Amino acid sequence: MIEVKNISKGFKGKLVLDNISCVFEKGKTNLIIGASGSGKTVLMKCVVGLFEVDKGAVYFDGRNFSEMDFKERKPIRQEIGMVFQGGALFDSLSVEKNVMFPLNMFTTQTYKEKLDRVNFCLQRVNLVNVNKLYPSEISGGMKKRVAIARAIAMNPQYLFCDEPNSGLDPQTSIVIDNLIKELTEEYNMTTIINTHDMNSVIEMGDHIVFIYKGKKFWEGSYEELRDTDNKEVNDFVFATKIMKAVKANG
Amino acid sequence: MFKVLWFEVGRYWIFMKGLLIKPEKLVVYYRQVMLELVSIGIGAMGIVAITSIFMGAIITIQSAYNLVNPLVPLYAVGIVARDSIILEFSPTIILLVLAGKVGSSIASEIGTMRVTEQIDALEIMGINSSGYLTLPKIVAAIIVLPFVVLLSMFMGIVGGWAAGALSGVVPSADFIKGVQDQFVPFNITFAMIKTVVFAFIVTSVSSYHGYYTEGGALEVGQSSTKAVVYSSVVILIFDYILTQLILV
Repeated sequence: MIEVKNISKGFKGKLVLDNISCVFEKGKTNLIIGASGSGKTVLMKCVVGLFEVDKGAVYFDGRNFSEMDFKERKPIRQEIGMVFQGGALFDSLSVEKNVMFPLNMFTTQTYKEKLDRVNFCLQRVNLVNVNKLYPSEISGGMKKRVAIARAIAMNPQYLFCDEPNSGLDPQTSIVIDNLIKELTEEYNMTTIINTHDMNSVIEMGDHIVFIYKGKKFWEGSYEELRDTDNKEVNDFVFATKIMKAVKANG
Repeated sequence: MFKVLWFEVGRYWIFMKGLLIKPEKLVVYYRQVMLELVSIGIGAMGIVAITSIFMGAIITIQSAYNLVNPLVPLYAVGIVARDSIILEFSPTIILLVLAGKVGSSIASEIGTMRVTEQIDALEIMGINSSGYLTLPKIVAAIIVLPFVVLLSMFMGIVGGWAAGALSGVVPSADFIKGVQDQFVPFNITFAMIKTVVFAFIVTSVSSYHGYYTEGGALEVGQSSTKAVVYSSVVILIFDYILTQLILV
């Protein structure tokens, strides 16, 4: 479980996150939604420690992450997997080496053990015969899947996904969404997903946090989201004709 | 202006502090050093050889052109060419050339990693990203560039000898006599000291500029340019300081 307590963050005098508190539960896919520029990426980067918070604290299963220094954070970092918007695969390494990278850095396994783990993770994300390919030789959807495979290589307790299906076609997006949901349940991870794709909200939103102008505006389940009469939430979530039809049909 | 300079210098030292953190796994760093040895050393051989041969030839012909006094023996051209190449051309000019080749390559590689969130990915894993990306490059450059500079010295002198002999400006025997005459072995040591210092400057300054790239492709290009400019200026400043401290 990850607890965010009263965090604020600003850049050059401009407040981007204003006193946000929320709880992301274990075994659930927690979604952070909001319009572009609302602060959801900054919130995620504050939670994982890529940005230091100005005020407040982030707790990983009771451990105050915000107060820790680089050395103290290391053990927690090894429990974190993250899928970046563009995949963030290392260009100079093959798919196999990318997935093996955290294993090389933090385990004492033999090459065979590491290779077995890499193959297991790649098979888990439905990728076969791509080990020797480089990131420039695979499609966007495959890059996202390799990024997921790399993120789960170390058996993480916490999985963060920053817009995991941006730039993907609807079918591939559903595959990625389902994969993240399955992995979350399978490994009982605390998963936090940053998205503004409403299909993802329908597909996998166990718990949803709506960020509006840097503040937590709304929080609840998908069913509660569908039935809410909050104007800002409705304006954002049901902006498209398809979503309006979803709401109308219940 | 001074505020910006102090900010950059301060941030550079904070960045360099990252190199003092114990590596996560030495064997991984060792492999990276091996890869960088090839990339920085072997990759630079071609341009170093071509530049050195032609610069050696030019130094010889220009020295011969200026030393037309009948009281000055012809072999003095060999002495001048040798000392110019060993003391200044090979350690300084070649490192300036490498600031352009290796420095811009390092800055754009690390800058691209920054804007595509690859550095964030390293940080998330708990890896000291500045150390992982920079330390192997610095170590590799400090190891391999002295050999590259020695090669440059050899190629420069060969280029000078060939130009003198082929053009008939300095006969082969006179040039070889000049190269051997009054040779001071410490000059090689001095050149190696300069090379090690300049290798550190090129790799660390370029890595620093790449690491703090913000934005996209345009900013990666700007970081690359900054890396070359700053490395070159710092090399020239340290060239003066080292010459003053060691030779005077």
